[in-house]
Amino acid sequence: MTVLVFVETEAGHVRQASRSAIAAASKLGEVHALVVGDAASVGAGAEAAAKIPGVTKVLKAGSDALAHTLAEPLADLLVSLAGDYSHIVAAASSVGKNVLPRAAALLDVQPIPDVLDIVDADTFVRPIYAGNALATVKSADAKKVLTIRATSFDPAPAEGGSASIEDAAAPAAGDTSRFVSAETPTSDRPELESARVIVSGGRGLQNGENFKTVLEPLADKLGAAIGASRVAVDSGYVPNDYQVGQTGKIVAPELYIAVGISGAIQHLAGMKDSKVIVAINKDEDAPIFQVADYGLVGDLFDVVPKLAAAL
Amino acid sequence: MQGRPQDPASHRRQRVSGKKTMKILVPVKRVVDYNIKVRPKADGTGVETAGLKMSMNPFDEIAVEEALRLREKGAATEVVAVSIGVQQAQDTLRTAMAMGADRAILVLTEESPEPLAVAKILKAIVERETPDLVILGKQAIDDDMNATGQMLAGLLGWPQGTFASKVELADGRAEVAREVDGGTEVVSIALPAIVTADLRLNEPRYASLPNIMKAKKKPLETLQASDLGVDTTRRLTVVSVAEPPARKAGVKVGSVEELVEKLRNEAKVI
Ligand SMILES: Cc1cc2nc3c(=O)[nH]c(=O)nc-3n(C[C@H](O)[C@H](O)[C@H](O)COP(=O)(O)OP(=O)(O)OC[C@H]3O[C@@H](n4cnc5c(N)ncnc54)[C@H](O)[C@@H]3O)c2cc1C
Ligand SMILES: Nc1ncnc2c1ncn2[C@@H]1O[C@H](COP(=O)(O)O)[C@@H](O)[C@H]1O
Repeated sequence: MTVLVFVETEAGHVRQASRSAIAAASKLGEVHALVVGDAASVGAGAEAAAKIPGVTKVLKAGSDALAHTLAEPLADLLVSLAGDYSHIVAAASSVGKNVLPRAAALLDVQPIPDVLDIVDADTFVRPIYAGNALATVKSADAKKVLTIRATSFDPAPAEGGSASIEDAAAPAAGDTSRFVSAETPTSDRPELESARVIVSGGRGLQNGENFKTVLEPLADKLGAAIGASRVAVDSGYVPNDYQVGQTGKIVAPELYIAVGISGAIQHLAGMKDSKVIVAINKDEDAPIFQVADYGLVGDLFDVVPKLAAAL
Repeated sequence: MQGRPQDPASHRRQRVSGKKTMKILVPVKRVVDYNIKVRPKADGTGVETAGLKMSMNPFDEIAVEEALRLREKGAATEVVAVSIGVQQAQDTLRTAMAMGADRAILVLTEESPEPLAVAKILKAIVERETPDLVILGKQAIDDDMNATGQMLAGLLGWPQGTFASKVELADGRAEVAREVDGGTEVVSIALPAIVTADLRLNEPRYASLPNIMKAKKKPLETLQASDLGVDTTRRLTVVSVAEPPARKAGVKVGSVEELVEKLRNEAKVI
C-alpha cells in the first residue's frame, strides 16, 4: 500500500502539522509526499520533504496556479495523481480542510476528517460533537481520503531521510478562482500549533491593550505562544488566528494557561488534550476548573503580573 | 478548475450576467443545540439525542444572515433555504424563513446523510434551482465534518471560498476573505460559486414574533431524496462511539507561589 501525503512547506521547511500527517501515513504504508508551490520556491520545499524519514518519494509540482494552494487546481492535481494510491492524506490544517474534501468528491469518496487514531487501513477514530464523543468509523470506499489531527501523532523528524524527487505535471492557472492577497502577520513567538507552552486569554482580559500589558509579559517569561477564546477574537482583542477551540485551532502543549476563560465546551474541544492545564479565573465555579490540573481563583489583573514576576 | 467536461458553470455564467435576478441557496442543518453537551449511548452505537433541544446549526444561521444582507443590499433578489433530513427539519427551515428567507425546500431522508450524499442531493437541487451563489456553514457542529461545501463545489465544478469572514459581490465575482491558519486570505471567485461561512462573517439576527408568524405562510416544498435519483448509500459505518478519555479536575492552589511551586516540582513543566 502506498499513501500520498499532501505536504505543506513554508520558506523551505515542512510544517510541523504535515510531519504529523507523514507520521500517521507511515502507519498505513509507504509514503510519497506531494509538495506544491510556485516554480521558483517549490524545489526547496521538495528537498525539505525528501529529508523526512519514512518518505520514499517526493512529487513536486511548481506553477503559478499552485503558488497559493487554491483548492481548485490543487484538488484537480490530487485527483490526477490519486490512481496509484490507497490513501490520500493531509494535515487537518486550513489548507487540508479546504482541499481534501473537494478532491474526495471528485473521486466519489466520503472523506474522513480530523483522524485521531488509525485502527487499520479502513478504520479510523475521529471526534464528533466538539470532541464530546469519539467515533470509530469504517470506510467502504476503495480509496480513503483523510485529514490528520496533528496533535494526535508525534511529528516525523525533519531530518534523516533521502527520498528521490520527481516532477508532477502542474495544472495551468485558471480564472474562476484567483488569489488576491493575504494578511499573515509573523511574530517572534512560537506557532500556536507547535508551542510547548500556551498562554490563552478570554473575555476576562477586557481589551486588546490588556493582552499586551498583562498577558504578553507572562508569555515572554515562558517563551509561550498566545491563544484566545472566541469571545476575545470576536471582540477584536486579538486576530482570528489566535482562536483555540472546536472551530479554531486544536492545540496540545505541555502547559496551557487559560486566563479569564470560562471553559465553554467549544473552547475545551481545542485544548483539553494539553498535558498540564492551569486556569486563572475569578469565578470559582467556572467550568474551566473541571479540566484544570491547577486552578487559581483570583482577579487576573492581580494574579498574572505576580505570576510573571515569580518566574 | 474550469474546463471540466460537464461544467454547468460556463453557460450559467452567461445567463447570470444578462439577468436581473440573483438567487442565493442556503443549506441549513438541524442539529443538537450548541449549548448541550451530548453523551455517547451506553451501548456505543451513537450519541444520545432523544429529547434534546434541536436548533439550526450556528454556522448556517450565519450563512442565512449573509444571504439576507446581500439581498437587503440589493446584491441578491431571492434567498432559498434547503434542508436535508427528517420531517422535523422543517422547523429549521421555518426558522430560516422567519429570519427572512423567501421560501424553503425540504428533502426528506430517513436519517441525516453523510456529506458526500448531502453534496449530491444539493447538486440536484442546484440543478433545479440554478442559484448564482450557495452559502453553506463551514461546519456542522454535530458531525464536525467541515466538508459539504467543498464537496458540492467539486461536484459542480464551481470555485469555492471557504471559511469566509467577508463576502462582497461585484461584476459576476465574489471577493471572499478567508480565515486561514496564519491569518486572513482574500480570493476572488467567479459566480456561480460556493461560499462557506465562518463565525466572524456576521452576527445573525433574531426572528421577530411577527416574522415567525409570517414565515408560517411562506412556501415550503417537500421532496423525497429518492426522487432526485441520488445514491445516498453510506460509505462510513460507525463501528462504535465512545466517551473521550476523561480529564479529572485537579487541585485549587491558594496562591501564585504555590502555583509556581507545583508547576516546577510536581508537574515539572517550567
Ligand atoms: C458554533 C460555535 C463555535 C464556537 N467555537 C469556539 C471556539 O472554537 N473557541 C472558543 O473559545 N469558543 C468558541 N465558541 C464560543 C463559546 O461557546 C464561548 O462563548 C466562548 O468560548 C467564551 O469565551 P470566554 O471564556 O472568553 O468568555 P466568557 O464565557 O464570558 O468567560 C469569561 C471568563 O472570564 C472570567 N473573568 C472575568 N473577569 C476576570 C478577572 N478580572 N479575573 C479573572 N477572571 C475573570 C469570568 O469569570 C468568566 O469565567 C463557539 C460557539 C459556537 C456557537
Ligand atoms: N443535512 C443537511 N441539510 C442541509 N444542509 C446541510 C446538511 N448537512 C450539511 N449541510 C450544510 O453543510 C455545511 C457543512 O456541514 P458538514 O460538512 O457536515 O460539517 C453545514 O453548515 C450546512 O450548511
